[in-house]
Amino acid sequence: MRSPSTPPILKRPTSYYVGAAAFFVALFGLLAALYVATMQVDYVWRWNRIPQYFVYRQKIETRVEADGEITAVAPRGDRRLLTLRSEEGEQILDVPAEGLRVAKGDSVYAGDVLAVEEHWRVGLLIQGLWLTIQVSIIATVLGVVIGLFAGIARVSKNPLFRWSALTYVEFIRGSPLLVQIFIWYFVLGTLFNSILAKQGFQQIPPLWYGVAAMATFAGAYVAEIVRAGIQSIHRGQNEAARSLGMSYPQAMIHVILPQAIRRILPPLAGEFISLIKDSSLLGIIAIRELTKATREIVTVSLQAFEMWFICALLYLILTFSLSM
Amino acid sequence: MIDVTRLTKTFWLPHRVDALVDVSLSIAAGEVVVVIGPSGSGKSTLLRCLNRLETADSGHVFIDGIDVLDPKTNINRVRAEVGMVFQSFNLFPHKSVLDNITLAQRVVRRRSRAEALQKAEALLAKVGIREKAGAYPDQLSGGQQQRVAIARALAMDPKVMLFDEPTSALDPEMIGEVLEVMKTLAREGMTMVCVTHEMGFAREVADRVVFMDAGAIVETGTPEHFFVNPEHERTKLFLSQILK
Repeated sequence: MRSPSTPPILKRPTSYYVGAAAFFVALFGLLAALYVATMQVDYVWRWNRIPQYFVYRQKIETRVEADGEITAVAPRGDRRLLTLRSEEGEQILDVPAEGLRVAKGDSVYAGDVLAVEEHWRVGLLIQGLWLTIQVSIIATVLGVVIGLFAGIARVSKNPLFRWSALTYVEFIRGSPLLVQIFIWYFVLGTLFNSILAKQGFQQIPPLWYGVAAMATFAGAYVAEIVRAGIQSIHRGQNEAARSLGMSYPQAMIHVILPQAIRRILPPLAGEFISLIKDSSLLGIIAIRELTKATREIVTVSLQAFEMWFICALLYLILTFSLSM
Repeated sequence: MIDVTRLTKTFWLPHRVDALVDVSLSIAAGEVVVVIGPSGSGKSTLLRCLNRLETADSGHVFIDGIDVLDPKTNINRVRAEVGMVFQSFNLFPHKSVLDNITLAQRVVRRRSRAEALQKAEALLAKVGIREKAGAYPDQLSGGQQQRVAIARALAMDPKVMLFDEPTSALDPEMIGEVLEVMKTLAREGMTMVCVTHEMGFAREVADRVVFMDAGAIVETGTPEHFFVNPEHERTKLFLSQILK
């Protein structure tokens, strides 16, 4: 018998619909309560001011620097070459054709606008978002590499490897990320940069200390995920590989790790999501990622309510797209 | 071929078990030895001590004159010469049947891909599942998996084959096909040590039957002697229970 092309209509109990209705009532009730509360403090919602922090049109005005007369206008592509005769002699000015405000024979005075150019520019919010994505990707890649080695070291029989990995994992997992960022930037960063300065090399920008802090932080958690993945593979797999004469590294590479990695992937995705959210702490060492960018916008626009909701929403979009 | 002298092994966790107590055994090349005994009698431990999957506390194991328990011995070299078949097959689930059989040939024996494939196909034909070459372990029945596992071990051209209850995890109708492969091997003169509960197999194929209880070898003898005229009371009791 063929199954019908559409699934049968599911009969749900009344409590399901009551629950669903209650959910939406609660959700919109909360939003309404928030709105009413902001009315009480005379907060003016200005959502229309928000888009400019994503993208905006930048106006560039070309001004003349001396008094004189435009004696010629010659086209060159989408630009115009103006000849300006002034007391200092003749001068060629290269201005965009679009938005040209002067013509041949015009008298101009210092400070006059010759042409106005408009460009689309990426706003602070998108710049911050992009930096957050970049930092997260780099820290993730480094974190996985560190975590893979630390995880393998964690199950090694050699105390050098096992204790090293254990110390690393316990230190990182046992202290706050914020403190680790401070240590990377203010302690290690100061040391590195001072030594580099003494040797006459360029300074490493704060971004890289931030990335290093995130990568070592993620690495410790990835190490535990890797360890759990390796230990979840049945002992018989290792015994079978070893009984065939494979060495420990060979058994690891050809038999254990390929199987472990399949089990590691789902928790690893969860770890990256945490990493994206944790990167919001990097603003503290002057890395202008999404949270820091939002804070700067709030400072100038005073639209704190809108901005922080937008900020949270952008993080949600990032993490949600990863959890799919 | 295999010389075991005064082997002792005690497990301390979760509680003290004397798995092997002063076990000595000598196995000649081409001999088929079947080890039987009640569960917990140490027969699997004995087998696993032969290729050092388990490390004995004291005593010696010599395989082809090589001291297996000596830390200076390259155990991987020894294991390459000693095939092992497990109760739970332990095929590599992420690799196809063919890759299961070629992996160690390529990695350990450093054979070329073509050579390893040729060997694998010949062995699959031998164990009677040539048509499953491209399948993955979870697509095979238990009996087929165990035959692949035997082929995988044979691909290394071992001098000895160890079987650790190879049919205990199988549905009854699949036991025959695995035993058939083992009988073929025995007829071809392979040195074999089999831990099994298959008394029919022991009677038909074994050159010698070893009966273990409480970590010690109680009695050894030819199948005729062993099944017809066991000397020890413990052996008689075991046989009466198992042959009931």
